Amino acid sequence: MSSPTAVPTASAAPRPDLPLDPEAAISVRGLVRRYGSSTAVDGLDLDIHRGEIFALLGPNGAGKTTTVEICEGFRRRDAGEVRVLGQDPATGGRRWKAQLGIVLQSGAGDSQLTCRELVRSQASYYSDPRDPDEVLELVGLTEKAGVRGRALSGGQRRRLDVALGIVGRPTLLFLDEPTTGFDPEARRQFWSLIRSLRDLGTTMLLTTHYLDEAEALADRVGVIARGRLVEVAVPSALGGRGSAPAVVSWTEDGVRRTHDTHAPTALVAELAARFGGEVPDLAVARPTLEDVYLRMIGQPTPEERTA
Amino acid sequence: MTAVQQQPSLPPLGAVYRTRAGVELKEFFRQRESVVFSLALPVILLVVFGAVLDYDIGLGIPFTQYFLPGILAAGILGVSLQNMAISIATERSDGTLKHLAGTPMPRSAYFVGKVVQVLATTVAILVILLLVGRVFYGVGLPSGTDWLTFAWVALLGAAACTLLGIAVSSLARTGRSASAMITPIALVLQFISGVFFQFSQIPTWMQTVASVFPLKWMAQGFRSVYLPDALAADEPAGSWELGRVAIVLGLWCVAGLVLCVLTFRWQDRGTD
Repeated sequence: MSSPTAVPTASAAPRPDLPLDPEAAISVRGLVRRYGSSTAVDGLDLDIHRGEIFALLGPNGAGKTTTVEICEGFRRRDAGEVRVLGQDPATGGRRWKAQLGIVLQSGAGDSQLTCRELVRSQASYYSDPRDPDEVLELVGLTEKAGVRGRALSGGQRRRLDVALGIVGRPTLLFLDEPTTGFDPEARRQFWSLIRSLRDLGTTMLLTTHYLDEAEALADRVGVIARGRLVEVAVPSALGGRGSAPAVVSWTEDGVRRTHDTHAPTALVAELAARFGGEVPDLAVARPTLEDVYLRMIGQPTPEERTA
Repeated sequence: MTAVQQQPSLPPLGAVYRTRAGVELKEFFRQRESVVFSLALPVILLVVFGAVLDYDIGLGIPFTQYFLPGILAAGILGVSLQNMAISIATERSDGTLKHLAGTPMPRSAYFVGKVVQVLATTVAILVILLLVGRVFYGVGLPSGTDWLTFAWVALLGAAACTLLGIAVSSLARTGRSASAMITPIALVLQFISGVFFQFSQIPTWMQTVASVFPLKWMAQGFRSVYLPDALAADEPAGSWELGRVAIVLGLWCVAGLVLCVLTFRWQDRGTD
């Protein structure tokens, strides 16, 4: 594995001097939030463009939910500037909220109402909602439409949360760990739902623990560690993945050989010539998202130590 | 620098209020615990105590006729104060309130829904208790201007207890702890406020404690409806004190409202 990336990409470097981006769906500068003596968010900068799916990755306690809930208007901030759809969330009114869809980590609560009744009542808070039955169809709860909220399984309940989040036809959808408790099939279905929402132009801020989810869905990924954004990139380039040396491995004389190279094709051609055909156990790999992610959250970069 | 987006319109207030009223009624009547606790329990108490404590309290009046006004007051306490404290604490701890706060629902709509729920359940418990009293124990319905007294005592009592219940909900961490906190308090109040026993038989210091809280005044107001004025002599002041009943319940409304405004939270403590 290559050495830790010392230099964050330009888009993640703190830029408190840079003005808020008025065109962005979400624009955050120098965000700080302290709880007692601990600092949960420590000078975070972030821009989320309209129409994109942005995934916020980070370990528990890194400041993901605090950041998201400040953007949603649930939590106050100690310092920094935040604009969500052009509005400071601390003073956002009902018309501002009408443009948001919020799927909280804690869910939407217990209810004696059926799924259909819950989605319908949620729809009545908006002037131009989606059709509740279509929304239930979209999240795959049509067969559970007449079942009470509290009788659903964990994964079904999460899908109901998503249904409640999208029925108001939001411009911007917040999804805080939406697939926790999903089985693999439900997650795949959820992913296609998210993609179809993106095709309709919905901007999404997604927090997740699942790296494959971020890789499958996100246009850009931000990694948050110790209250700061340590990198923002497209998933394939995160942590210099795109330019990292490839690892070519094969078996020769019964011994496993590996070689890091920026020119794997040349090496493979050379091996092919040497073996005169198939190279035993040949594999060419790039660092996975998990590799670079674990490296990024594992230890502070030199910049952070001196910050 | 703020780019003001095109702001969407909002649905009419009345429509959202209707939605919330429907939601709250369904939430209450579909939950077995709340129905049993708030509606069935007072009826069971009326039937059981009415059968056991069937003695003459003077002037040939059976205890049941004294007990009915008391249990009416306790019934209102149950559907307003106890119900609000427990249901709102539950909705706060399970995330229902936070979820609602993240929608464009006007916050007033939540309280409108709760008020409709309390009004509906208050009417339900009063009707049931009046019928049971009439059918099983021959306690007559109020007549003439007594209905007016009955109505304002019920309304003012329910209002005071609802506001107090909303305020108390903020003291508990969960619905369960709200129940554990408010149920014993309500039970003690019922014992010392002239519900299960005649108020005149309760030690003076307990009478004094009870006089601070709304239940004693609600029960006293209802007694004025059900008992002949000659029995007003048994009351601590020697009269029904309807003026004071109105003042104390009104003060509790004001105090409850102030507490609500000061303490109401849309999410758990320490998560803002």
